[in-house]
Amino acid sequence: MSLIMTTLMAILVLGSMALIFGAILGFASVKFHVEGDPLAEQVDAILPQTQCGQCGYPGCKPYAEAVANGEAINKCAPGGEDTIKKIADLMGVEPPPLDENHDTDNSPKVAFIIEEDCIGCTKCIQACPVDAILGTTKQMHTIIADECTGCDLCVEPCPVDCIVMIPIPKTPQNWQWDLNNIPVVQLD
Amino acid sequence: MTDYLLLLVGTVLVNNFVLVKFLGLCPFMGVSSRTETAIGMSFATTFVMTIASLLSYIVNTYILAPLGLEYLTTMMFILVIAVVVQFTEMVVHKTSANLYRLLGIFLPLITTNCAVLGVALLNIYDQHNFLESIVYGFGAAVGFSLVLIMFSAMREKLANADIPKPFKGSAIAMITAGLMSLAFMGFSGLVKL
Repeated sequence: MSLIMTTLMAILVLGSMALIFGAILGFASVKFHVEGDPLAEQVDAILPQTQCGQCGYPGCKPYAEAVANGEAINKCAPGGEDTIKKIADLMGVEPPPLDENHDTDNSPKVAFIIEEDCIGCTKCIQACPVDAILGTTKQMHTIIADECTGCDLCVEPCPVDCIVMIPIPKTPQNWQWDLNNIPVVQLD
Repeated sequence: MTDYLLLLVGTVLVNNFVLVKFLGLCPFMGVSSRTETAIGMSFATTFVMTIASLLSYIVNTYILAPLGLEYLTTMMFILVIAVVVQFTEMVVHKTSANLYRLLGIFLPLITTNCAVLGVALLNIYDQHNFLESIVYGFGAAVGFSLVLIMFSAMREKLANADIPKPFKGSAIAMITAGLMSLAFMGFSGLVKL
């Protein structure tokens, strides 16, 4: 009998302590809930999410955080002028001119490997931030066009210059209608 | 007052948790390859160890001992430590982003640091009172931090040293840890407890 009592007591004590600690933690997780930096999240939403690293940060989110902390807003090469204008609007500053790593033309592109020239050095594979290049040593490489973000980081390391950036033509299939962007107002 | 000071010095140097009692060896070997991470780990451990030894003393004295449930100490202390670690992580995340970035990944790792559980259990076995428990926990953590940071500094130097091939990597780290442990034996007569 007393053995059962002791066992029950032990279970009760351990259970209730676990319950109390659980309640404390649950309360703390609500009380100390941390929201992300709202400004950084808004900037991150504007950035093109190519994760190319041409701004000098290891991805779009870190750059967005840096912008929220006062970094220059004109470093996003894939985003181009449109992105800078949007960030400038958000931050309430004058849009600065493009810096030197910007192309004036920022229409969407996709990388293409001229396969006769490829020597299979794998250098472009290491450069690709989104793993969109297939291939292995001394084998011809190729690009998965659907995965390619057009960040052109693979162009620079290629020793035989066999990667070209091809603009994606606008077709009825890939045209983004963005119907929600057309304001619909009731006219009197 | 002198008693507490002696206890502190005794735990930091004479009965060092890592090199004399051989507790917490896993973070000692694991996070000592760079001084920066070792310092982060040290701060996180010091904080958690002090709070955990305080709380586990309270739990043991006011809940377990009156009910005659001392055999549950190990289980209960693991619970206490896990809660302290989780709670600390939340509070640090909320209050100081910089500190969180410094300690971030190390905080959850402390849950599995056996020195934290060790200090809580040794407090019970050595029948320390409330203040002694805190001093003992803090001293153990300072001792841990001291050897961890010293060891990581040595390992950084060793990375550049010309080491014979069979001793490269973990082997030379083990030998260094052994030599450090030997050196700490020199403190053994410093404080008689």
